[in-house]
Amino acid sequence: MKEIVIDPITRLEGHGKITIFLNDQGNVENVYFQVPELRGFEKFCEGRRAEDLPVITTRICGVCPVAHHMASAKALDAAFNVEPTETAKKLRELEYVGYFIYDHILHFYFLGGPDFVVGPDAPAAKRNILGVIEKAGLQIAGEVIKHRAYGQKITGIIGGRPTHPVSACIPGGIAKALSEEERQDIEKMVRSCVEFAKFSLKLFDDIVLKNVDYVNLIKSEPYTLKTYYMGLVDKNNKVNFYDGKVRVVDPKGNEFVKFGPKEYLDIIEEHVEPWTYVKLPYLKKVGWKGLIDGDNSGIYRVGPLGRLNAAEGMATPIAHAEYERMYKTLGGKPAHATLAFHWARLIELMYATERALELITDPDITRKDIKNKPGKPGEGVGIVEAARGTLIHHYMLDEKALAKKVNLIVATTHNAPGICMSIKNAAKGLIRNGKVSDGLLNMVEMAFRAYDPCFACATHFAVGEMPLTVEIYDSDKRLVKTVRR
Amino acid sequence: MSEKLKVAFYWAASCGGCEIAVLDVNEKILGIVAKADIVFWPVAIDIKYKDVEAMPDKSIDACFFNGAIRTSENEHMAKLLRKKSKILVAFGSCACDGCVKGLANLWNKDAVFERAYFETPSTKNPESITPKTSFKVKEGELELPEFYDTVKTLGQTVDVDYFLSGCPPPIPSIIQTFEAIINNKLPPKGSSLLPTKSICDECPRKKKDRKLSQIKRIYEIDDDFETCFWDQGVICMGPATRAGCGAQCPKVNIPCTGCDGPGPRVTDQGAAIVSALASIATDPSVIDQVVDPVGTFYKYSLANSILRRKVMK
Repeated sequence: MKEIVIDPITRLEGHGKITIFLNDQGNVENVYFQVPELRGFEKFCEGRRAEDLPVITTRICGVCPVAHHMASAKALDAAFNVEPTETAKKLRELEYVGYFIYDHILHFYFLGGPDFVVGPDAPAAKRNILGVIEKAGLQIAGEVIKHRAYGQKITGIIGGRPTHPVSACIPGGIAKALSEEERQDIEKMVRSCVEFAKFSLKLFDDIVLKNVDYVNLIKSEPYTLKTYYMGLVDKNNKVNFYDGKVRVVDPKGNEFVKFGPKEYLDIIEEHVEPWTYVKLPYLKKVGWKGLIDGDNSGIYRVGPLGRLNAAEGMATPIAHAEYERMYKTLGGKPAHATLAFHWARLIELMYATERALELITDPDITRKDIKNKPGKPGEGVGIVEAARGTLIHHYMLDEKALAKKVNLIVATTHNAPGICMSIKNAAKGLIRNGKVSDGLLNMVEMAFRAYDPCFACATHFAVGEMPLTVEIYDSDKRLVKTVRR
Repeated sequence: MSEKLKVAFYWAASCGGCEIAVLDVNEKILGIVAKADIVFWPVAIDIKYKDVEAMPDKSIDACFFNGAIRTSENEHMAKLLRKKSKILVAFGSCACDGCVKGLANLWNKDAVFERAYFETPSTKNPESITPKTSFKVKEGELELPEFYDTVKTLGQTVDVDYFLSGCPPPIPSIIQTFEAIINNKLPPKGSSLLPTKSICDECPRKKKDRKLSQIKRIYEIDDDFETCFWDQGVICMGPATRAGCGAQCPKVNIPCTGCDGPGPRVTDQGAAIVSALASIATDPSVIDQVVDPVGTFYKYSLANSILRRKVMK
C-alpha cells in the first residue's frame, strides 16, 4: 500500500497534515486530515475570573479573535442572566460585522479568490494576490488593502484593539460608547465598504461566473458533498452573524432542527479519534457513522455556504438578490458544491457592509446607555457565527464568578469531517491506478481552501503560494516520488 | 549576489495574531522587504523544513519566533532555527512569557486530555480514546507530535537574543525592531525591544490617593471613565506591565491585563503587582478579596515566572 503525506500548514489550530493511502491497484483507499496541535483552553480556563474569559479565549485564534470575544461575551450575558442594552447590542454587532468585512476580504482576495480569478490551471506562482492584481488591475491592490484596514479599524475603535479586542468583557454591555466623531469616521469607511463589496461581486461575476469552465468546475462531482448544514438565523430565518437561533437543514434542504444556545448539547456530539488532536462533531440524533456524507450520516458543514444553506435568505436587499441568483445558478438549494463557499463568502461580505451601514446610521448608536446590571453568576452558553462557522462557548460559573467548567466548539472543528471527505473526493478524482497527477496539488488545495482559507492570507502574500508537499511511499515505506511546489 | 538581509518568521504554539500584527505593519513592510529577503515564513514550515535543515548554520540573519513550546514539534523547530539564525527574536507574549496557554502549567497533559477528550459535555467517547503520537490505522501508521506536560517559553528552550513581547507586539515596536536590525543598531543582547516605561506612563486615567480598601470587579463599578482603576478598587496590571501598546485597554475602559509582559526592572510580573497592591492596601485583609490570583497576576507570564508551574503529585 502506498502512502502519500501532504503537509500544508493550516491556520486556526496551527498546523495541519493530510495523509493519503492508496490500495494495491493504486487507487485511493483512505484519507486522513490530521490536526497535530492542542492547547487545552477548556482546562486552563477553569478557575479564571468570568470577566477574563472574553480576554483569554480571544487567544484561541488571532485571525478571528472578535468571534471568540463575542461568543464569550454572550455566554457571560447568559451566565449573569442579563440582556445587554439595545445600544450595547448594536455596538457589539457593528464591531462584529466590521470583523466579517476584514476577514472575508482577506479570504477572498488573498487566498480563496486567486484559484478562480487567476484560474485553477494557472501556474502556482501566479495563484496569489499578485496574480489577482495582475488580472484585475493594479488599483485593486490599494482598494483591497484599504478596505481590509477599514474593517480592522472599525473593530479597533469599538473593541479597543483590532486583534484581541476587550470592550465586551462586561456582562450586559460594552465598556465604551461611540462618540459622534467616531461615528462619522466609521460611516465614511462603511459607505466605501458597501461599494467595495458590490465591486467584489461584480469581479466574481465577470471572471468566474461568465466562464462556463469555472461554473462546471464548481458543480463537478469531486467538489460535491451532500451533508447537513448549520448556521445562525434571525426570527425570519435570515442569516445572522451575531445573534438568533441555530438552524440545521438536512441534505435535501428541509429544516432538521432549530435550537437556542442552551439546547446545543441535545443537538451536537463530538467523536474522538486517536490519530488527530481535533474532535469530530456530528448531529446527535443522526449519529456518528464515520466519515461519510448523505442523510444517514450526522456530519454537517458550517461557514459561509453552511450558513446560506441553513437560512432562507439574507436580511439586506443587495445581498439577498445575490443569494437568490447563486441558488438559481447552482441549480437549487441546498448547494452541495464545496467551491460555492467562495461565492457565499462574497454574498456575506455584501450583507456585512449593508448591515454595518444600517447600524452606523441608526440614530441610537451613539447613546450612552451601554450597560445593564449583571445578575448572579451561573451557567451560560453563547453562540455566534465566526467567519468560518458556528462558534459555541459554554461556561459554568461559581458563586464568586470564577469559571468552574468551560466547553468550546469552534468553527473549524465542525468542518473537520467535511474537510477530510472533500480532500478524499478530490484525491479520488485525481489519483488513478497509481498515477498521481501534478494537478492533485491544485485540486486538494482548492478543496481544502474553500473551508478554511484564513491564515494563508499572510502566506499567500509573502511566499506567493500555498506550500504543499506530496510524498509517495511504496509498500515498504520507501519514498518513490516527491511532488512539491 | 544579494546583500539583502535574510529574515525568517516561524510560529510554534500560538494563535496567529502575531502574524496578523506583521501584516498590520501594512505599507511600511514594503520598505523592509526592499532591504530584507524573507527566506522562511511561518506557514511554510513543513515544506521548507528540509530546506531549513539544509541551510548553513547562522545563515539566517534574523529569525522572529512566535508561539510557546507546547509540543515536541515546537521544540524541534526552536532548536533548528536557533542553529540557523544569527539573531533570534522571541516575538510576542507566547515566545517571551508563555502567554495564556502557560496557565495550563497549573495542570499536566493528563488533566488537559481528561477535560478535552473525556469530560466535556459534548464529547462522546465510550472507548476512552485519546490521540496517540503513533497510531496504526488499517491502511498504515499515522503520527502526531508529543504534547508536553509543561508549556515552556522560547528562552527556556534555546538561547534568545532579543525579546519583543505583547499580545500581539505593538506595531510601532515591530517597525522599530525591523529598522534596528536593518541599520545594525540593536541594543545589548538580552534586551527587551519594548519601551522602558510601564503602561501607567501611557494611560490617560487620573491617579488619586490610591487607598485600596475594597477590591471590586470591573462589572461591579460605576466607572467614571477617567479615574485610575486602582482608585476605583479594580485590579489593573498597568503598574507591573511594560509599555508599548499605548494603553489600548484602559482607553476603552477595561483595565490592563498585562499582555506586554513584565515592566522595566521587573522580573516577575505577578510578584511586582502583589507588591504594588500591598503598598496601597489599607488593611492586610484586602488581599483576601483577590479571587484567582494566579490567573489575574500571571495571566500571560506564568510559564516564565518564578512559580513556572504547579507541582503535580
